[in-house]
Amino acid sequence: MKSYDRLVFELSREGRKGYSLPKSSWKASLSSIPGTLLRKVPLPLPQVSEPDAVRHYTCLSGMNFGVDNGFYPLGSCTMKYNPKVNEEVASLPGFASVHPLQPEDTMQGTLQIYHELCRALSAITGMAAFTLNPFAGAHGELTGLMVMRQYHMSRNDMKRTRVIVPDSAHGTNPASAAVCGLQVVQVKSTADGTIDVDDLEPLLDDTVAGIMMTNPNTLGLFETEIRRIAELVHACGGLLYYDGANMNPLLGKVRPGDMGFDIMHLNLHKTFSTPHGGGGPGAGPVGVCEALAGYLPDPAVVQDDDGRFHIVRNPHSAGRISGFMGNFSVLVKALAYIRTLGRGNIRMAGPLAVLNANYVKESLKDCYRLPVDRICKHEFVFDGLADTSSGITALDVAKRLLDFGFHSPTIYFPLLFHQSVMIEPTETESKETLDAFIDVMRRIAAEAASDPDVLRQAPHDTPVRRPDETLAATHPVLRYKI
Amino acid sequence: MSFPYFPHTDDDIRAMLDRIGAGSLDDLYSDVPDEFIFKGEFSLPEAMSEVEVRKTFSEIAGRNRQLVIFAGGGAYDHYTPAVIPYLVSRSEFQTAYTPYQSEVSQGTLRYIFEYQSMIAMLTGLDCSNASMYDGATAAAEAMLMSVACTRKKNRILLSSALLPQVIGTVMTYAKYHGIDTGLVAMDGGMTSAADLERQLASDDVAGVLVPSLNRYGIIEDLSGFAEAVHARKGLLVMYSDPSALAVLKTPGEWGADIACGDCQTLGMPLSSGGPYAGYLACRQEYVRKLPGRIVGQTSDMDGKRAYVLTLQAREQHIRREKATSNICSNQSLMALHATIYMSLMGRDGLREVNRLSYGGAHCLYERLLSTGLFEPVFDRPFLKEFVLKPSVPAGQLHGYLSDKGFFAALPTEEGLVSFCVTEKRTEEEIDALVSAIRQMPGQDGK
Repeated sequence: MKSYDRLVFELSREGRKGYSLPKSSWKASLSSIPGTLLRKVPLPLPQVSEPDAVRHYTCLSGMNFGVDNGFYPLGSCTMKYNPKVNEEVASLPGFASVHPLQPEDTMQGTLQIYHELCRALSAITGMAAFTLNPFAGAHGELTGLMVMRQYHMSRNDMKRTRVIVPDSAHGTNPASAAVCGLQVVQVKSTADGTIDVDDLEPLLDDTVAGIMMTNPNTLGLFETEIRRIAELVHACGGLLYYDGANMNPLLGKVRPGDMGFDIMHLNLHKTFSTPHGGGGPGAGPVGVCEALAGYLPDPAVVQDDDGRFHIVRNPHSAGRISGFMGNFSVLVKALAYIRTLGRGNIRMAGPLAVLNANYVKESLKDCYRLPVDRICKHEFVFDGLADTSSGITALDVAKRLLDFGFHSPTIYFPLLFHQSVMIEPTETESKETLDAFIDVMRRIAAEAASDPDVLRQAPHDTPVRRPDETLAATHPVLRYKI
Repeated sequence: MSFPYFPHTDDDIRAMLDRIGAGSLDDLYSDVPDEFIFKGEFSLPEAMSEVEVRKTFSEIAGRNRQLVIFAGGGAYDHYTPAVIPYLVSRSEFQTAYTPYQSEVSQGTLRYIFEYQSMIAMLTGLDCSNASMYDGATAAAEAMLMSVACTRKKNRILLSSALLPQVIGTVMTYAKYHGIDTGLVAMDGGMTSAADLERQLASDDVAGVLVPSLNRYGIIEDLSGFAEAVHARKGLLVMYSDPSALAVLKTPGEWGADIACGDCQTLGMPLSSGGPYAGYLACRQEYVRKLPGRIVGQTSDMDGKRAYVLTLQAREQHIRREKATSNICSNQSLMALHATIYMSLMGRDGLREVNRLSYGGAHCLYERLLSTGLFEPVFDRPFLKEFVLKPSVPAGQLHGYLSDKGFFAALPTEEGLVSFCVTEKRTEEEIDALVSAIRQMPGQDGK
């Protein structure tokens, strides 16, 4: 398996096929379409048999590492276990065969899922209303900022075009703001990584649309000044946006709505256990406080007094942000997770994630440098090894972990440190798994002193080893050429 | 406390708290002001067992009605080979993150590279990204890209013949981004070349978005469009059904600079509207403005062929507010779905899908006209979707047919009805649909 090195194009042989379609006796033929409208260039798609295709993609899957393969302490990504019953119910034919434009009365089940998930997310976050249309976290950010702008515009408050973003924020925050036509103003962090309120205050005026915050922040630290920040931003007429990428430690414990946030997004593929899928599909629902509910994007689902569900458009809405109504099957999975947790177990999710993070942090802080030594939430950041004499980098540590069957942590983010190693062990990891990881991390720290080359050459035991990224960027090969 | 997804025993919790030096789990939240600790009861039901989850969700799914699909409007009932869900649901694909650690992500990276290659082949353009959220957002990103690729132009034009949800989404993105927009009128069910020419005269148009199969299912004749747009130094962007591009003239052949659309037609289940995936492809000279993930081929330290995420200088985690887009993911598993689909179908299979859909759609078209209950509207070539003018109100016909078990006669804004036939529909189903229409009360066409 390790030596597998084929692309599906290289398996192709003229005359093979992998499909099975019905015969038919339709009279009309494509040749009646005018030739000027038809494709003339060849279409060199592969021609493979069904078993060839199955074996090829199965071999490719063997070159991947997922949560089901092993521990995935990727900071800021919340790689928790993806329950299998969720997959099963999401693919029920009753959901899978429904066309998104079917009449409402023929898709009451679909609309019920949508409505129930909105209500559940409201209960969990303390926000008044949700849209489930955004497809991913970054899409949620963009949608939330559109709602923010729509609110100001509807009040004829047109000069609010600046949005405040902490220097430690996820890169998507400033990028989403820019796509939304907002000017980004950066606010500094203090030495402990939280927002510098003294730096924030002078930035606040009547051109501020709002502030985007992650709480806990990207160092995994709770923003203890949140009440004061909320008061200041609201006093200047701005809104508070909560980036839900770091919601997991607060799950069942703290609600963003109670902290004064007006708009937020959730990553269902993080906090609500739906698979990351190698980059998607995820879902990025956006929740808002009561005053902003009317600005959520179209379409939305409402329930009437008779219990029937309807698809509606809001006259003040920020507009349409998707073809249909989001990544529906992801929504089913998240609702199944919430139903499985129930009102009791949900209280344990956040605390156990926080327990795991602090346990790993305390067990390793003598061999890795911990810049801010206080209770963390779901994740924490080391700034490289405690003993820097070997010159071993965060990258070396990350690559060496792969040899031991662990996925790497997030490295070189946040940008506040030179050798950031960001570790997030979620609540679905056992003490034994964490102990094994801690042992390996300690062993790597020892290797840095005794045998640094083994780290610099790592990984040794993976399908490929340290690909040349510079070559890829300077001489881009972005497609197979026959 | 015991729950199947939480492995912690009481002893584990105690031992771990000891290592941390905390007395209780609550102590781990001592940094959170007490007023923000939620002390109420969550308004959620009690925990369900797996047995109950299955039962509950089956009941909810049962409240949907499975109709025989005879309409499209942006989502099409094509056949999904059995192999695809089987392979796509493999844990190693499904439970992986974005392939940052390339050494343990070669599976994901390779299929994305295959996907990009196949999209380039279908569209006749040079490069594709790793996929977008859906067709509508891919179109929005394509139009933002057209503005970024042209100098000092801040207006985009959209054909009125595009799907309404595509127009709506692009308009929303443009509104907040601060881009001026205009709609190009239709002429005989197709994008009006004359109106386009008129609107281009202002010389401020960065990009023009036109469909190849439009909202009425008509195959648009885009002769002269690229020349007209390029003469004004704008970009031509085409919204196309990727499945249909196996037989229809490609964006590359029409002279388009950017192509976008929805991969749903590549065998993806309707799934109540998602997940699908958008595609976005462009000519080589614009690749550094292309948003989203891109996978490139390189070699590893032993000289072996390897794949990595590349050209990341475009992206938000490096460029922050100066990035080409805020998108930091793709619809990866759906791109895998599309890739396996295209591998299995190949050139001949895709052609056959189009041949069957075309044959069925034209059969239904003739059969409906022969009932005397519809009038033809446009005399233009169509592929698998078409509109007719019904003799009864469109909404009434649509509702009646759904009661009879069909999703058909989808009303348009103009009071027309739209039908679609794919390779999954049989002659018997067409017979049943036509006979249901003939029996609709209040008609005289019996």
